[in-house]
Amino acid sequence: MSDSYIFRFATIMVVLVAAILTLVASLLKPMQEDNRRAEKMQEILGAANINVSRDSAIHVYQHRLIAEYAISLQGDITTVYDGSKQEFTKGENRPFEMDMKRLMNDLERYEKGSLETAPTLPLFIMRDHNDDSLFVFPLRGNGLWGPIWGNMALKNDLNTVAGASFDHAGETPGLGAQINTDQFSEQFENTRIFDDDGEFVSIKVVKGGVENSSIPGDHGVDAISGGTITSNGVTHMIEDGFRYYLPFIKKYQ
Amino acid sequence: MAEAKEKDPLFSPKNRKLLSEPLVLNNPITVQVLGICSALAITVKLEPSVVMAISVIAIMGIANLIISIIRKLIPPRIRIIVMLTVISSLVVLTDQILEAFLYDVSKQLSVFVGLIITNCIIMGRLEAFASNNKPWPSFLDGIGNAFGYAWILVVVGFFRELLGSGEIYGYPLMEKLGMYQIGYVDNGLMILPPAALFIVGIIIWVHRGKNEELVDIS
Repeated sequence: MSDSYIFRFATIMVVLVAAILTLVASLLKPMQEDNRRAEKMQEILGAANINVSRDSAIHVYQHRLIAEYAISLQGDITTVYDGSKQEFTKGENRPFEMDMKRLMNDLERYEKGSLETAPTLPLFIMRDHNDDSLFVFPLRGNGLWGPIWGNMALKNDLNTVAGASFDHAGETPGLGAQINTDQFSEQFENTRIFDDDGEFVSIKVVKGGVENSSIPGDHGVDAISGGTITSNGVTHMIEDGFRYYLPFIKKYQ
Repeated sequence: MAEAKEKDPLFSPKNRKLLSEPLVLNNPITVQVLGICSALAITVKLEPSVVMAISVIAIMGIANLIISIIRKLIPPRIRIIVMLTVISSLVVLTDQILEAFLYDVSKQLSVFVGLIITNCIIMGRLEAFASNNKPWPSFLDGIGNAFGYAWILVVVGFFRELLGSGEIYGYPLMEKLGMYQIGYVDNGLMILPPAALFIVGIIIWVHRGKNEELVDIS
């Protein structure tokens, strides 16, 4: 077979494959987006201790949402999306649509000085089963193999954790992947992010168990055995995530 | 084109053999020792093992079929690249379709779907069989080898989940049996990758014990 045949074959093959993949990807994109949005709502609801299937998540989310906020790094509320009226009372970009991956990048770049405009942080105010309002903080960090993320709901005192949900892209099944189980996230209930003096101490995921460590029980949870790096990732994610919200929390506590 | 005129029935003894041989006598994992890496990575639990097994069966059947159909057009000098392109396109397609229609399954498999590209069994069969044989036998060969891979995966996943986490398909069997109360402890080693090698080793041992023709095959 001649060289020109090889080139022709390769060119046709590449163009054909690219066309098929592009076509399928753009056809399926709306469905994938819907799945992702519903999942995000499910995760936010999960942190507020409302467990729903992904199919009903969109409906329940609308029902349970009090407001979506965007918060400046100085702690001011820059956007308010009212959940019951489903309209903006301030600002115009829905905090729900913020991409956490991009946000974390922007925050890093802003702190290094390579980004001019300061990013704003999303915050979700949800109504739980007892009709109490909960503040759900989205978090994102790194596990062993890839990104991990989660949501943590604080009670009205902006200190006590009401619930949490975590998930991951590709942590090891049976080990780090266990952060998305209820057994892991339930431990966070009633832990606190501030100590008695009002200092931010966050919540640590403790290897070997909280009981055997010097960390008080309301500031730590048990790590996953065999999933140390993922567990440490959760610790860093919570600490780094809440640090950005501290001005807001201090202002409204 | 003399070969094209012979009419083999769809499931002639020859074709049936293509399907059944890789299950035992020419098993890709225990005899050809291919695809070991993925057998280590995803068999901690039964569920990802099963989903991975199904995905590999589908992709391998289709990849073998496609390569066999275009086998006379493929320039030999770039055949490996062509095979890789076909496999990876199929894997990307599978990933996209799962994400749109079976979102939960797609989340579970996550990075492992991508790993199918690197599964040496697929490349091995494309090169050894599909590029020299007609579409139907190639398809059967692909499915057969994928099943041979799949059952080992499921067996390894079963034992690792049972002994390592005390569960079967997420069902806490050991807890329900009350094993923990009488002092039973999960074996943490089974969760780690080497455990898959131990189990594959045991399977190979039993396998060769039962099939003497496999001993000293070299």
